[in-house]
Amino acid sequence: MDAMAGKKPVVVWALNISVVLLVALWLFPTLGLFVSSFRTGDQITASGWWSAMFPAEQTLQIRAADPDDNRVEAGGGVFVVEGNIFGDDPFDGEMSAWATSSRALGAYAPGETADLGDGETFTMNADGSYVWQGNDDQISGRAQRVFIDATTPPDFTLQNYNFVLFDEDNSEGMAKAFFNTLTVVIPATIIPILIAAFAAYALAWMDFPGRALLIAAVVGLLVVPLQLALIPLLSLHNSIGIGKGYLGVWLAHTGFGLPLAIYLLRNYMVGLPRDIIENAKVDGATDFQIFTKIILPLSFPALASFAIFQFLWTWNDLLVALVFLIDASGQTTVMTKQIVELLGTRGGDWEILATSAFVSIAVPLVVFFAMQKYLVRGLLAGSVK
Amino acid sequence: MHPALQGLLTIIIGVGGCVGYFYGANLLLDKVLFKPTGENAGRNINRANQIRPWVFLMPALLALGLYLAYPVFATLRLSFLERLPGNEFAFVGLDNYTKMFAEPKFIEAMKNNVLWLVVVPAASTAFGLLAAQLTDRLAWGNIAKSIIFMPMAISFVGAAVIFKLVYEARPEDVAQIGILNHLYMLFGGSEPQQWLQIPFWNSFFLMIVLIWIQTGFAMVILSAALRGIPEETVEAAIVDGANPFQIFFKIKIPQIVPTIVVVWTTITIATLKVFDIVFAMTNGQWETQVLANYMYDKLFRANDWGMGSAAAMIIMLMVTPILVWNVHNARKEMR
Repeated sequence: MDAMAGKKPVVVWALNISVVLLVALWLFPTLGLFVSSFRTGDQITASGWWSAMFPAEQTLQIRAADPDDNRVEAGGGVFVVEGNIFGDDPFDGEMSAWATSSRALGAYAPGETADLGDGETFTMNADGSYVWQGNDDQISGRAQRVFIDATTPPDFTLQNYNFVLFDEDNSEGMAKAFFNTLTVVIPATIIPILIAAFAAYALAWMDFPGRALLIAAVVGLLVVPLQLALIPLLSLHNSIGIGKGYLGVWLAHTGFGLPLAIYLLRNYMVGLPRDIIENAKVDGATDFQIFTKIILPLSFPALASFAIFQFLWTWNDLLVALVFLIDASGQTTVMTKQIVELLGTRGGDWEILATSAFVSIAVPLVVFFAMQKYLVRGLLAGSVK
Repeated sequence: MHPALQGLLTIIIGVGGCVGYFYGANLLLDKVLFKPTGENAGRNINRANQIRPWVFLMPALLALGLYLAYPVFATLRLSFLERLPGNEFAFVGLDNYTKMFAEPKFIEAMKNNVLWLVVVPAASTAFGLLAAQLTDRLAWGNIAKSIIFMPMAISFVGAAVIFKLVYEARPEDVAQIGILNHLYMLFGGSEPQQWLQIPFWNSFFLMIVLIWIQTGFAMVILSAALRGIPEETVEAAIVDGANPFQIFFKIKIPQIVPTIVVVWTTITIATLKVFDIVFAMTNGQWETQVLANYMYDKLFRANDWGMGSAAAMIIMLMVTPILVWNVHNARKEMR
């Protein structure tokens, strides 16, 4: 048993509680966005997301139906408006009290009749049905306001996702950006792996002058900020006619991903047993055969690790896409850019923002949880010396 | 052509081209240039084996040279030039640098970057160490680790949206929907705060986003290092009557210092390049400017390539000590 965990129940409890706190701190921000993406804009602004998961006690402020259109003469100068305060949708909450003025909230129980003076009355039942009656003057103009104290059950909707992903009329939708991102990511993940694998094999298992120098150079390039590459390479792309577009962004991601790819793969390949490779050489295998038939299959874990890194990095990238891909037409926008745009134009519309952000976060999260083993392995190979 | 189709075509051409290149070059080497038969068989095999590494390395070297090594020099050159109308350039010496150092926005960016460099790596490493140690022997430790590690998969932009919701402020008389202001009001705050608009402190609210992302990385690596500590050292300390804190700080930490340094420097580099978070959350307003965003402003908004390149060189300069140190270590290891 570890000394920190001790054997005293108090210590174990303290340990568990502090980890729960830590996990909560790390989980809650994401959870907030996730929950918000399933709520309507009105719900989001009415209460915090943390209260959305429990039945909420709230005061609903609703007007009765417009008297001029809906009133019925009951004879004797008495007019009546009848209906359900919640409209056509059945109310699935529970009404605890109601009022006709914001200054006396909860004044009446469901089923009671409020006396509004001069014979005007308002009766409200628990299911929301109401009867409002009075004389010609009273039942006209603006409709009576009622304040209902009610407990509403948690209510979630998929309409945000429908709007953000499938609504044809939504010019700020994520569907196109999603496919654009995918178009960037797949070639930008596969091509560097292939190039790096060959280079890593040469650096790990072939003897040639300058090998140590090249390895050192790769380690050095590992930390060169890609910020330096923006202007020189954009000028280069423009002068050789690639301009801004997919080809440019694929090439850029390939170049920027290579140092890590070569470094990770070389570290892994160096660790493979020497016997296998020497036996194969004795049996007359060429380097090319050794690489394709022995090294590549054995290096699968390292290849998978790098593939995940590169996938996450290219999927989540904003800067490279801004500089090398997205032109004035905006046809090639990626999801990260789309979200930044939305932050500017729809800053307060959390249902749109939350949903759009979650659409872009969802895929990396799935990859993360499915391939966590390889990700951890790659991190350890890349960092611990 | 539809981009998806274009993408598919690129994959086929790219992958096919790579495989074709490697396969073809090998074939050329063995079957045409240096045939391992006839009177010169031995010499030919040797020559082919001398050239083959370069065949394997060529595409990688080209890409690395063009996309990472060349830009360092090109940017250095650009930082001494001024771009004139008509795509002409004039040599201006250190003018770009002196102009930049005279700009308050640049000084602000430098100050903030230093602040980021002090706070983020330290906090991420500390939280990572804490999480690694606490979850180590817990029954549900792996689940806890997964959750703390999860932000690693989330983009900076996604994290920016997530934390904008956390920091959201609404007028005092309506319900708060940002959890920070909700808690602030719950514990007696006078009025909801616009957290991202309070100069100086707002930088810390931006840093929290990066710390939140990087802690998982630190935790994963430090947790592996903690597990690698020989059991005997800990047991010996327990026998000698050390308390848990002494064991942690005096026995465990000193043994994982090299790993802590690696984690620290890796996060430092990530911090130096921080761009997306500031770009998406404040865009440098309210005194939150950082170097990478300043550089982006200069390059693509002001269209001033000279000063933009000078700013990029400053970032490069700050990375250089770590670069040298890494290369030094790598070479030491190879010997």
